[in-house]
Amino acid sequence: MGMRKVAIVGAGMTKFMRRAHETGKELSWQAAKIALDSCELTLDDIGCVVMGTAPDAFDNIHMKGDYLGDGAGAWRKPYIRGFVGGGTGVFVADQAWYHVASGLFDTCLVVAEEKMSSAMPHPQGNFITCWDMFTESPLGPSLLWFFAWEMNRYMHAHGITEREIAMVSVKNKKNAMDHPAAQLPAEITVEDVLNSEVMAWPVKRLDVSPTSDGAVALVYAAEHVAKRITDKPVWIEGVGWCLDTIYVGQRDLYYPKYVEYAARQAYDMAGIKEPSKEIDIAEPYDPFDYKELHNAEGLLLCGKGEAPKLLADGVTQRTGRQPWCPSGGALGVGNAIAATGLMKVAELFWQLRGEAGKRQVPGRPKKGVAQAWGDEMQVGSVIVLGV
Amino acid sequence: MSEKIKELPGTPLSEKDIIEKKVLFTEWHPEFMWAWDTGIGYGRYFAELKKGRIIGTRCNKCRRVLLPARYFCEWCFRPVDEWVYLEDTGTVNTFSIAYTDWLARRIKEPRIPALIEIDGSGGVGIMHVLDEVDPKEVKIGMRVKAVWEPEEEREGAITDIKYWKPLKEV
Repeated sequence: MGMRKVAIVGAGMTKFMRRAHETGKELSWQAAKIALDSCELTLDDIGCVVMGTAPDAFDNIHMKGDYLGDGAGAWRKPYIRGFVGGGTGVFVADQAWYHVASGLFDTCLVVAEEKMSSAMPHPQGNFITCWDMFTESPLGPSLLWFFAWEMNRYMHAHGITEREIAMVSVKNKKNAMDHPAAQLPAEITVEDVLNSEVMAWPVKRLDVSPTSDGAVALVYAAEHVAKRITDKPVWIEGVGWCLDTIYVGQRDLYYPKYVEYAARQAYDMAGIKEPSKEIDIAEPYDPFDYKELHNAEGLLLCGKGEAPKLLADGVTQRTGRQPWCPSGGALGVGNAIAATGLMKVAELFWQLRGEAGKRQVPGRPKKGVAQAWGDEMQVGSVIVLGV
Repeated sequence: MSEKIKELPGTPLSEKDIIEKKVLFTEWHPEFMWAWDTGIGYGRYFAELKKGRIIGTRCNKCRRVLLPARYFCEWCFRPVDEWVYLEDTGTVNTFSIAYTDWLARRIKEPRIPALIEIDGSGGVGIMHVLDEVDPKEVKIGMRVKAVWEPEEEREGAITDIKYWKPLKEV
């Protein structure tokens, strides 16, 4: 394709928490500084900056990309803010890739931040500004309606039970016990999930990830630079993204076709023919427990409706054949929207370098896929990393 | 997180810190107003709702009904060909039983938001709510009919349909 090879050479993040004392700028700076320090670079070594942050509605800061720019080290540099709602975290990882792969820049700092807590009394309410103002918002929808519709449709299409899905929440919150940045690590049971309060059936409280504040940053470098910085570069082997129709009644919610399109773009680029066999670790986006399964199917890690079986068989546990969300995911680490997507990419980086500590997936994993999802529930962004 | 990174930044606050004003923060309670123009597609769609009718548009190239009615076909990227009246009956494609409102507050009587495939559209759904039904009785595939606001109270809005109720077919 005439593109240069691009590596991730550094990563950093803040704690994820329900409410941070720090401003969004400060969180961004904290994550970016750790990422730069981790590869012994300074801001002067950075050619361009890519920033990800999700709806302006959370903070009511218009042009939030500009506002957060100094925290991301962006001022007086080529800078762009990417934004596709919940899909942002992996979308900016893709976007940063083409800044370097194109030959325009040798290095790129990519920062993803979210500060949801500013919205009072609860960030949930601010999603009302995201729907169609004519045909949707007047009905008073909550975000949960959309997830509940999709979860219901997914269960209906394949005869999947709430019990099977609850296992995802149990697994991910347990995985998060080993993540020092995690907001909601816990040892819970399937019964706990099933008995938690119903918010919008079939969605119950423990099916849902928390709202969070936090930031994550990565440093990218072109091949010739990466090799001078580290002897353990993690290569970006494939990127893909896709946006489907915003008319929710115009597609069947049981399957995320747009995630499949994004995944196929990334796999084709990475030369991956059989993702179910060739991928060692996956970080599908899991803002709700069923979403891990739904997204994993879109990522072609198994056939349609087959994800619950892999989960039940232990395949997706951290010690299984293909761990899903070994980080603890959005359900366990927290869901600082844009930052969570980039946290998943950072997790692959640490796992593929063998630096994940107590979370380390055994067997020296070599290939990983991370994915985020969102906007109006119709955006998929995918990245494939390898060593 | 890498095992090489020893100290994690970030200072968690609790809800109490805010409620009891233990930390400094700045509040803002703005009052803004917008008036959104309905445009060509939605304009006619809402005008017809005011008359108690559901209308869509058809693209003869991809042979598809567009609902809510629209002015151009986004797949073929050309103007739509005609307006088509649809039924005010349909089939539940999926639904939820919501115990929280849009601000995440608990509500006593649950609402039943649903995607309803409108008869005559070839399976295209719209988002709305069900009522006059026991939540336990709602099923995917259930047949439903629109319950309209009285004619004099309709405003040309999606809420001119009050809700959808089970359709007893003869």
